[in-house]
Amino acid sequence: MQHEEAKIEHSSEKNTKEHVSEEHAIEGEVAHELETHTGSHEIKHEQTLFAEPLVHMGSFTLTNSLLNSWLVVLIVIIFSLSLKSKMKEIPRGLQNAMEAVVDMFMGVFDSVTGDREKSLRFFPLAFSFFVFILISNWMGLLPGVGSIGQVVSEHGEYVFIPYFRGGTADLNTTLALAIIGVVVSHIFGVLAIGIWNYLNKFINIKAFLEIPKKIKKDPTIIFVNPVKAFVGLIEIVGEIAKIASLSFRLFGNIFAGEVLLASMSAILAFGLPIPFMFLEVIVGLIQALIFTMLILAYLTMNTSAEEH
Amino acid sequence: MLAKALAIGIGSIGPALGIGMIGAKAMEAIGRNPEAAGKILVPMLLAAAFAEAVAIYALVIAFGIK
Repeated sequence: MQHEEAKIEHSSEKNTKEHVSEEHAIEGEVAHELETHTGSHEIKHEQTLFAEPLVHMGSFTLTNSLLNSWLVVLIVIIFSLSLKSKMKEIPRGLQNAMEAVVDMFMGVFDSVTGDREKSLRFFPLAFSFFVFILISNWMGLLPGVGSIGQVVSEHGEYVFIPYFRGGTADLNTTLALAIIGVVVSHIFGVLAIGIWNYLNKFINIKAFLEIPKKIKKDPTIIFVNPVKAFVGLIEIVGEIAKIASLSFRLFGNIFAGEVLLASMSAILAFGLPIPFMFLEVIVGLIQALIFTMLILAYLTMNTSAEEH
Repeated sequence: MLAKALAIGIGSIGPALGIGMIGAKAMEAIGRNPEAAGKILVPMLLAAAFAEAVAIYALVIAFGIK
């Protein structure tokens, strides 16, 4: 009897031990699985040249910089609507500040266009460019941008995709802004001096037509006018160069700033990025100003009649 | 990798010299006429940003090279 009992006890003990070790085995397995899920693959944090897509809606991809641009538009709309609803004859507070800013900008634009009436005409466009680009640049410096995101599995490795990213840090945005600016300057030019005059700035047909008229008065015109026509053709290439330089200047400055801040934070995240943040704030302001002044200069040049 | 380094290295020699010259001329002009310092500042910054843009073109190309 005792022997049997002992046996039963022994076997039950063995059973519990086995049971326990089995449990351990299961736990170990689960833990090992978790570990391989996140530990053995490294999550890549990388600054990509192209904006990362967030949502695919049919064939339209929503990227994180597009989301930021929409946020900027929302901010500008809310701000201007709230300002407009409280317009008073004698300004106080925020309205006063905005009027001072507008006045300062009119002065700056006057120095570029040289004419108050032209400044008034171009002001809405140029100031909208300035506000959009400035707020877009500065949004890229806010704390949530670039760090809040999700880990997505892509091509077998884990990549970190942020939800927000500076709007102008995407080449698409700056290219769109540059194209809008240059095309609008052409449209304003056509509206201002008429299409025949404007077309002659580039494809200088007038120069060829003038040759038979003025050849008696001024015989050198037979050499000079074809050269003028050729220069007009080269200006067409110049327009493409304008678009490229505008977009790349803005994109390069802001994107390089993002990369710089990321690198500095990777080296030492406490205190080292502070002077670089300051630099980025200033660069954002200067780049917005330069973009605006350049668009204004192009507008002025295109709407002024040709003078040699 | 070497292409990236060369692109940004050689590409930033010109702009660096250019910005230095702009600054030097601006300093000279301010030295002659200290009252005009505020008026000289804005065109100087503008010209410096234009010169820097060329360096930025080189940087973007350097980023684009695999």
